[in-house]
Amino acid sequence: MLGIIIGVGAVIAMVSIGQGAKAAVQAQVASMGTNVIIILPGATTVGGVRGGQGGAVTLTVADGLELKKRVPLLSETAWAKRDVMQIVYGNRNWNGPVNGVSPGYLTIRDWNYTSGGAFTQVDLDTAARVALVGQTVVENLYDPGEEPVGSTIRLKNVPFRVIGVLAPKGQSAQGSDQDDIIFIPFTTAERKVLGTLFLGSVGALFASTDRLDDLPQAVEGIRETLRARHRLQPEQPDDFTIRTQVDIGSVQEGTSQTLTMMMFAIASISLVVGGIGIMNILLVSVTERTREIGVRMAVGAKRRHILAQFLIEAMTLSVIGGLLGIVLGILGARATTVVAGWPTIISAESVVVAFFFSLAVGLFFGLYPAQKASRLNPIEALRYE
Amino acid sequence: MGALIVTKDLWKIYRLGDVEVHAVRGVSLEVERGEFVAVMGSSGSGKSTLMNIIGCLDTPTRGDYWLDGRDVARAGQDTLAEIRNREIGFIFQSFNLIPRTSALENVQLPLFYRAVSLREQRAQAAAALARVGLNGREHHYPAQLSGGQQQRVAIARALVSAPSILLADEPTGNLDTESSREIMALLEGLNRQDGLTVILVTHETDIAAYAARQIQVSDGQIVGDRSTAAAQAGKGWGSR
Repeated sequence: MLGIIIGVGAVIAMVSIGQGAKAAVQAQVASMGTNVIIILPGATTVGGVRGGQGGAVTLTVADGLELKKRVPLLSETAWAKRDVMQIVYGNRNWNGPVNGVSPGYLTIRDWNYTSGGAFTQVDLDTAARVALVGQTVVENLYDPGEEPVGSTIRLKNVPFRVIGVLAPKGQSAQGSDQDDIIFIPFTTAERKVLGTLFLGSVGALFASTDRLDDLPQAVEGIRETLRARHRLQPEQPDDFTIRTQVDIGSVQEGTSQTLTMMMFAIASISLVVGGIGIMNILLVSVTERTREIGVRMAVGAKRRHILAQFLIEAMTLSVIGGLLGIVLGILGARATTVVAGWPTIISAESVVVAFFFSLAVGLFFGLYPAQKASRLNPIEALRYE
Repeated sequence: MGALIVTKDLWKIYRLGDVEVHAVRGVSLEVERGEFVAVMGSSGSGKSTLMNIIGCLDTPTRGDYWLDGRDVARAGQDTLAEIRNREIGFIFQSFNLIPRTSALENVQLPLFYRAVSLREQRAQAAAALARVGLNGREHHYPAQLSGGQQQRVAIARALVSAPSILLADEPTGNLDTESSREIMALLEGLNRQDGLTVILVTHETDIAAYAARQIQVSDGQIVGDRSTAAAQAGKGWGSR
């Protein structure tokens, strides 16, 4: 019975920890911004050498504006270009990615601020020298407790006034540091810092939809609009790549599924051990009550009566064990949240599944002792001491 | 319609390893309805095996057995269970009550396997307990009853299914003289007043003396079968 309690408890606790972890991963994916669509330029081919994704400059600010006009499903569109460069503050410096973005980008990616705030359309129109800095950059350039907002940093010798500090996002799903980042207005970046091949070329376009379900349709709208704008013939491949958060999320989905599978495996083993425990209890019980079985047979119990009696006992044992296990599992999950700080989610399904599983274990492992009892010879059973 | 119990040339052969044990060797026996029979014999005489066959706990290797005109020598396990349930009431030396259940529930047991309604079970069990003089003890557990009382509960359990035969295997073996006398008086009353056929297995001659007919078993065969009705005037009837 203890085995069943532990087994069922383990199922409940592990599934709730697993689901909590899954929810945490999903929240992490969502931290990239919700329902994000990323459009990357296509690859260049120079003398047969393909340049890889984003190598060519096929997307422009005009493309972004066109998408905003032609694809009504998009709640926000933005564009960005980036480069890694030296960031200088006073006598310190740091090498990090500098992103020139349009204000919509900050909305799409869902950035918050610990101090200061975002730049505006006016800053974009006037190519203002203002910057937003991420936590990692702050940690490496400023003394602890020093307020970055209002200070001046230099990018390629161009002074920028820091107007906001970004709230930390932590690691991305791929493990890269999302907080090692600086944002400046797109126009400032292309004219004063990053330079450009031709005005209006972008590193990537970003868009978002209000609802996750709209993503596939929005992607189709973007593809059609861009193909039309780029005058691509039907047989020509896209000169851009569209990625959505769904693609990125599927990797994490796989990871947490593996995790859940492993937990089910462990829980199954506990339940099997518990089942064997019940089988042993019943085998002892059958031996101890051999005379009783003999008496029952003498007064007219058929084999199936004896079989049913012990099966019911097995299931009663396992169901009591299962119920106690459910209580234990819920307490265990709560304790995990309190002690280890892991998020846990106790779902009704896992409770119901664990309960019926314990019932099935009782039935399965009760069958052998019950059968043993029902096959006793009544004469020998009556004579048993 | 012949006698209640008719056996013809019954054999029971066990196989213990390479050795064949002939426990019952060609027993032919008739017991009429309403008889009070004592079966006597030393241990190993084969009387227990014979009683097991008569009690439908076992089937013979060879030979025929008709119980109330019904051929039961080659019946299946479930059929035998049903016959035990309806036709035979067992009384054992060690009472064999189920310890965790009350007197009433012990007596209900045969009816439980007959799928009688719970209310009916209780009513019949209470009546059976009253018949053996245990009214008011329905909710006592076996451990709370004396040996004689426990055996009365066992007799009530045997009676509750209204059987044709009461099979008592050394019913007084674990009892003191006083309780033994009470139990035997009860069995005698059931035989005489209720006309119940009683088969008593014993090796004590004073207990066997209650029976109107004594059968001696030795070495798997019946070696003596005498009516004591003449000796004990007025006791027993219908014996040959």
